[in-house]
Amino acid sequence: MKYLIRHLGIWAVAIALCAILPVIFSSDYAISLLSQMGIAIIFSLSYNMILGQGGMLSFGHAVYFGIGGFLAMHGINLIAGGTLPIPLELAPLIGGLGGLIVGILFGWLSTERSGTTFALISLGIGELIAASALLLPGFFGGEEGVSTDRMVENTITPFDFGQQIEVYYLIACWMLLCIVLMYLQTKTPLGRVANAVRDNPERAAFIGYNTRMVRTIQFALASFFSGIAGGLFAINYEIITAEMIGAIPSANVLMMTYIGGIGHFFGPIIGAVLVTFMQLTLSGFTHAWQLYFGLLFVSMILWAPTGLAGIIMNHEPAWKAGLMKKLIPSYTRATLAALVMFLGIMTLIEINYHLSLSIHPKDPMSLFGISFKAQSPAGWIIAIALIAVGFFFFKRGKNEVKNSWMDVHQAIKTGGK
Amino acid sequence: MSALALKLRNVRKNFGSSSIINGLNLDVIKGERQAIIGPNGAGKSTLFNLISGFYQVSGGTIEMNGHNITNLATFRINRSGLSRSFQVTNIFPQMTVFENIRCGLLWSMGYKYSFWHLCNQVRHLNEKAEEILERIRMTQRRDLPAGLLAYAEQRALEIGITIAGDAEVILLDEPTAGMSMSETERAVELIRDVTENKTLLVVEHDMSVVFDLADRISVLVYGEIIATDLPEKIRQNQEVQEAYLGKETL
Amino acid sequence: MVEYLIFSVLNTLVLGMLLFMLSSGLTLIFSMMGVLNFAHASFYMLGAYFGYQITTVAGFWSALIISPLLVGILGAAVERYGLRTVHKYGHVAELLFTLGLFFIIEEGVNLIWGRNAMPNFIPASLDFPLFTLFNSEFSAFRAFMLLISVAIFIGLYLVLTRTRIGLIIQAALTHPEGVNALGHNVPAVFMMVFGGGSALAGLAGVIGGIFLITEPSMALTLGPIVFVVIVVGGMGSLTGAFVASLLLAGLQTFAVGLEYSLVDLLGIIGVTVNADGILRDIWRIQLSHIGPILPYLFMVLMLMFRPKGLLGKREN
Repeated sequence: MKYLIRHLGIWAVAIALCAILPVIFSSDYAISLLSQMGIAIIFSLSYNMILGQGGMLSFGHAVYFGIGGFLAMHGINLIAGGTLPIPLELAPLIGGLGGLIVGILFGWLSTERSGTTFALISLGIGELIAASALLLPGFFGGEEGVSTDRMVENTITPFDFGQQIEVYYLIACWMLLCIVLMYLQTKTPLGRVANAVRDNPERAAFIGYNTRMVRTIQFALASFFSGIAGGLFAINYEIITAEMIGAIPSANVLMMTYIGGIGHFFGPIIGAVLVTFMQLTLSGFTHAWQLYFGLLFVSMILWAPTGLAGIIMNHEPAWKAGLMKKLIPSYTRATLAALVMFLGIMTLIEINYHLSLSIHPKDPMSLFGISFKAQSPAGWIIAIALIAVGFFFFKRGKNEVKNSWMDVHQAIKTGGK
Repeated sequence: MSALALKLRNVRKNFGSSSIINGLNLDVIKGERQAIIGPNGAGKSTLFNLISGFYQVSGGTIEMNGHNITNLATFRINRSGLSRSFQVTNIFPQMTVFENIRCGLLWSMGYKYSFWHLCNQVRHLNEKAEEILERIRMTQRRDLPAGLLAYAEQRALEIGITIAGDAEVILLDEPTAGMSMSETERAVELIRDVTENKTLLVVEHDMSVVFDLADRISVLVYGEIIATDLPEKIRQNQEVQEAYLGKETL
Repeated sequence: MVEYLIFSVLNTLVLGMLLFMLSSGLTLIFSMMGVLNFAHASFYMLGAYFGYQITTVAGFWSALIISPLLVGILGAAVERYGLRTVHKYGHVAELLFTLGLFFIIEEGVNLIWGRNAMPNFIPASLDFPLFTLFNSEFSAFRAFMLLISVAIFIGLYLVLTRTRIGLIIQAALTHPEGVNALGHNVPAVFMMVFGGGSALAGLAGVIGGIFLITEPSMALTLGPIVFVVIVVGGMGSLTGAFVASLLLAGLQTFAVGLEYSLVDLLGIIGVTVNADGILRDIWRIQLSHIGPILPYLFMVLMLMFRPKGLLGKREN
């Protein structure tokens, strides 16, 4: 409690932000986007409890999200029927508890070894559950999935959840609660020891810890939060299908978390916001959004393995020393060059998509408001020229960035003495 | 005879067809500081790994304070009061020095797998950690990531983690290896200080450290203890001299 | 019944050898480099698409040779310019890199060939029934697939046992550090193994694309099964991969034909259950529907109780 009061500032900002955002961005589209971001943030943070904190690379985290979602869905149907006397607002908790129980079971089965063995077991369990979903239509609803109507009698708030904004506020409350709890968890004995087991399981055993037990509890707690996210998904969409358990959402949360950065608590939040935004907005503009997403992911692995949070935190010393202005010019130039290069790549991709996927490839396509024929060589030439120019300046820009970094580093070192 | 902290009887260990420990017997008396010496490849580290449960024995029994601990899981052996350091420094490099020590305390102070306490809020936990930092003289380094410490400091930190859990029996594997003369002196002083009223079993190559620290010395040759005695007796023991020490060493 | 058995065995062989062509490369890569290559099945898909494209221009026989070569070169390039860069960040980063590559290749295929399945047909020269048994035909193409797979199997065996590079690879399978110490050019060997494994996947793609289907989701369908094969077969064991390939192919081929549910099975041994209530879904599952989940069940159990796999030489 004392802790909360001391760090009240940042939480107050977070609460204010959650309250104000839907007022500023009040379109239906924006509110639905914000709702999805909230769910993705919980899901992604819960994933990082396993990957970032516990060092376990899971390919099956959507299992707990999905099972939580299905359980909550059945729960809501029971609430609507009057058999389950709990208010709708608490339905995500059903999902959470479901995730917890399944998490304890599968966690214990898969955490004896970490590393590749764990990764493969998680993949196997994920595929197993996803494949059996179609065998158990009673629970998973077969191909159509399970649906519900969230407008039930039993609520504790005056909301009837007929409007998306009401659902948004419910998601926001759960999200804030989950963020606080997950953050505090990193400060508990279990949270600390999970780090210890990740870094040095041998040593952890010699300070009295059963490493498998540590991993299992950490895993189960992560599954709990994942299940809550699934429950919120159920309320938000009012339908869930077996696809939500499968390999694709599991890979998705992994990529989202990694892009955000697994080394810092807030990394997955950035990742969830950015990736959800990309998925929703890009998928409206272009068929190729998954390709852009894949390219972003691979570029991050190649050049920024600490993720966005890592990049931000790398600049903390420079920021504190007031030297950011020394970095900005070179950053700007490199970014501009990268943008030019990306513009070229994007043009190529879009032309190709138009040729292969649109119904009438002969029709002119439009890109950035410019309309042209995909078959004409002009588009190709411009695209390739953009890539070449961008690449040239990007290489130069990269060196500049490197040099200005070294300057700043030097300045911090000498300034410190 | 005084009570035994450790009692090994007929302990054997084979890796495949090669036998490293052959029917070894060893007694460590409660409260003593015993050193194990022996030529390279005699099986000293293997012996430590057997006692601490890191390896499974191929035969024989190991008792600690009268309880059979043979082939128990490492964490169970640790919980029943035995703690060890490693030959290659074994700490949590990404955590701060303070957190390394605090992690070493969590289990023994009863915080176990708790996810309902906040480490920073538990005052006596933090006080105890500070106290140990003080004892291993690392208060200055408190907030540095352990991976950035100098080698000798990392060794000292590892000793700190090893004793943090308040184990009765402490195993140190070459605690002064790779240290300079002055560092070694400080390390010996530290070890003597932190093992006060505890049982210590130490493997060490540096003979000055061994004779300085140990109440009794055991000599391990080819997987067997060929002698256990007071330091001066070991110095004079003909068999030991032939088997291991050689004339020039003493 | 005899007909069913004979054809199931033949189909098992065809599918199993196809799986082996994929898994042999993957298991070599996995055990030598420690990289769980998610993009391996993507190379299989590329092989199929390249094969289709080359067939339309130059015919099947050219495709059979050129497509694997192209995929192999691509694989080597991926190792040289991608994996080697990521290597310093550890195995997790390497694995995630291949996962990203999987997505990019899938989307790239969409980008070039569209989302629909390709009309990838059996070449005319092999499109006839080789023999007829009990009214069922066994096509020449299947026999040809079998022939190629066996040839690859023998070729692989000879390369690994009779050539210098083969011996280095074998040594690296069991003692990866040792090979490094001996001063062999390990990065070059890695590149070759990765390229070679990719080429094998590409070859599997050329014939598998015709035998099964050529579509953008083919990598996602087959990828996890290949993982199961190398896990069940065991790290670093080509024989294991061979046995596991046949085993899994058999599992899938045979399970499809068995229309029994748990209730029926219990009925045989004289137990009747009330197939209603909360567990009714479970009682009514047909064995033929369990087929798709068996491999994963097998893999999970194997990892938990015998992580070495059937014939593996070491744990990870």
